[in-house]
Formats: sequence, C-alpha cells, structure tokens
Amino acid sequence: MENEKKLLVSAIRNGTVIDHIPAKDLFKVISILGLDTIDVPMTFGTNLESQKLGKKGVIKISDKYFEDNDLNKIALITTEARLNVIKDFKVSEKREIKVPDKYVVGIAKCVNPKCVTNHENIQTKFTVFDAENLSLKCEYCEKITDKKHLKIIK
Amino acid sequence: MKNKSLVSITDYSKENIAEILRMAKLFEEKPNQRILEDKVVASLFFEPSTRTRLSFESAVNRLSGRVVGFSESGSTSVSKGESLKDTIKTIATYTDLIVMRHPLEGSAKYASEISDVPVVNAGDGANQHPTQTLLDLYSIYKTQGKLDNLNIFLVGDLKYGRTVHSLLMAMSNYNPTFHFISHPRLAMPDEYKMFLNSKNIKFFEHEDFTEIINQADIMYMTRVQKERFSDPIEYEKTKDTYVLKNDILVNTKTNLKILHPLPRVNEISDEVDDNKKAYYFEQAKNGVYTRQAILAAIFGLKPENDIN
Ligand SMILES: [Zn+2]
Repeated sequence: MENEKKLLVSAIRNGTVIDHIPAKDLFKVISILGLDTIDVPMTFGTNLESQKLGKKGVIKISDKYFEDNDLNKIALITTEARLNVIKDFKVSEKREIKVPDKYVVGIAKCVNPKCVTNHENIQTKFTVFDAENLSLKCEYCEKITDKKHLKIIK
Repeated sequence: MKNKSLVSITDYSKENIAEILRMAKLFEEKPNQRILEDKVVASLFFEPSTRTRLSFESAVNRLSGRVVGFSESGSTSVSKGESLKDTIKTIATYTDLIVMRHPLEGSAKYASEISDVPVVNAGDGANQHPTQTLLDLYSIYKTQGKLDNLNIFLVGDLKYGRTVHSLLMAMSNYNPTFHFISHPRLAMPDEYKMFLNSKNIKFFEHEDFTEIINQADIMYMTRVQKERFSDPIEYEKTKDTYVLKNDILVNTKTNLKILHPLPRVNEISDEVDDNKKAYYFEQAKNGVYTRQAILAAIFGLKPENDIN
C-alpha cells in the first residue's frame, strides 16, 4: 500500500504536503488555497486508501509554504487534514490545522442576505461561536452562520 | 461613553446605563438647554422612520444643536450608487456625530469603524436599536422606581421582535422574572432562552393571557404582523388572542405599566389608552429625554442642572 502511494504521488524535496484530506474535500482545499493560480510544481492524489478516512486526498507543493490564515481556511473545510513542511525530503515541521480560537477574518461569507458585508466591499469578520460544530457569529449583523451554510470566499 | 459610538445595547455597561438614566431624568426636569450650541448632528435615515427621526431631531433641537441630513435615501447620492463607506466618510467631515438608520444589518457597526465621529445606531435592519432599549429601560425605571427584581411580561411577536430581544438582554442584568405570551409560531427563540438559563433567570411561556398576568409589573406589547403567518386564516384566528383590553387588566397590580414601542396596529384596544396603566405615549416622550442623555454622554457634556 505504501509503495503504491509513493508511485502515485511522488515525494518533494522542499515544500508543503497536505495529507489526510477527506477525498470529497480535496478539490475544495485546492480551490480555497488558490492552487489553480500558482505557478510551482505540484501533485495531487485522490481516492487513495486511508485506514482512518477510507478514501483520502493528498497535495504536494514544491517550494511553497503557507501562512496561518491559509491554514485557517483549510480548517473551515476539514480539520482532519495534516500539514507537513518538507525540507530536503524530510518533515521539518508539522503544523496543526484547527479552527481559529477567536476571529475568522475575510474567509467566510455571512449567511444573512441582509448583512452589510454582502452589499458593501467589506472584509467579513466572525467570532467562533462554536468551534466543534463550526458555527460563526458575524461581527456585523450578529447572525450565526453554521457549517451547513458556510461559504468560503476565495 | 465619551466619543464612543452606540451601535448595540451591549456597548453600554450596567454603570453606563445607570448614568444615561440619571441624565435622562435631569433632561426631563429641564428639557431645553444650550449645551449643544456648537454641534452639528447628522441625521441619516436611509429608510424612513418618522417617529425615531423626529425623536432624535427633537432631542438635538432642545439642546440647541443643529441637524442636517435626510429622511429617506431617494434624493441623495446613495440612490446614485454611492457606497455606504463614501457617504459616511464624507458626512463625518461635516458633522460632529452621526445618527443613522439603515435597512442593512451591521451597517451601523461598519459605519462606526470608518467614521471619524461617533455613530449612534437608530436601527440597522432587524438587528439592533439600542436607543429604543434605553428609553424602555428609562420608562421601566421611572414607573417602578427600580430596575431590579421585576416581573416582566413580553407579549406578541417574540420571535422576530428585535425590541423584545434587546430588552431581554439588557434587563438580564437586573434579576428579572420573565413571562412570554405568544403564539407558538412566534415564540421566543431558543438562543435567548439558553442565554437566560445560563444566567439563572427564571422565565415562563404562555400561549394566552391568564390569571398569571396579575403578577406583572411591566407588560411589553409588540406588533403581530400578518406577514409572519404563512396561513392567513391562522393569523385571523389568533390575532385577537393577543389583543389587550381593559377587562383583562381588572385584577392586575396597581404599579403595572403597559409599554409598546409603537406604532401599534390592533394589539392594544383603544379603550386601554385611558387606563392609568397605559404608558406607551409617555414612553415615546421619554425617548426624547433618553436621546438627549445619550447625545450628552457621547459629547462628554453634563446637563446644565447636573449638580454632581
Ligand atoms: Zn453578517
């Protein structure tokens, strides 16, 4: 099994590996990180066997490192994923993907059609109302956006 | 409070509220004062609300301030597609304080972030209307002599009514007992009931007026709008259940006062207007004194008759 995976998604020298992405979320993660618009070598794998997730996806990006805000974006899609920073073929750092403690800024869209953030050019801002169920409270209109209604701004 | 915007009732602490109520009483004793002589207040009503606008403008005028603004956005640059940001930023350069009402929720909060002068929220969609809440608190305080340990009845549309939600949040600082009287379809939302539970505040839910109202110190009535019912027959059947009439009030406490944010439709029968317990027109009058107090507090000014 390990061999098969290595064949499918080859190792990188330097860069970032995002592993254990639930297969159904892979394309969302690609989209939210804007990987379709950056100009570095990268490989994607999906529907790979995973004991934990059944089918998983993996993303390997050469010479690219991510900011905390990018990790926060992934957290709004899945907290299952693991992110490893690779230096010279070795994992030099494991970074945790978790829902931000306090504020989610400029990532999610407010569910309320009458919210000012959906009409003016305003960066959205939410407090994390319930981290476990991923519900966010808009700092402007005070309405709750839950996971089911969560839309990510790219 | 000085130079601080008032966007949500939660912007004011219990101490801030006490100070507003204290000053409102002083303005009631002496409504005409010259403390805002060098101030220009913008009154920006992006949607019409005649009652609230005139209450604010009366408050400014009685304090010798001047008002500029508009009563609906149709004749302004807003209707030409100007962003809220540009409107607020420009008007903030002309004036010392902005009072605004806007149909979008969160608009006042946004305005307060971009304006160089304080913003007072006069209603942002269905979200907040903090000056209404403060005038409600002043009305309760004035008629009961206190805010603590009161039996408060909220009646009508408790689901969508923002005034009852804000009042509930504000009163929760004063150990009340709440009774909710509403059609199940318009019942108090769970998030507010959870909030009350978390603060150990007692509340009871009822579907109609019963003997229990004989415990009430304050009965806060709200409009039940036809549009809230998908079935017009259901509306017709239930609307009269929540109409307050004199015979319902026969055995109620002598200190009971009936409040209503106005305008009413038919939820309080006209015959109640002459009842000593009816208080909604005085409540509206209290709005001017309360708004005078809010303006003075934000400008950092004292009433002329303040001996403190
Ligand atoms: Zn919002």
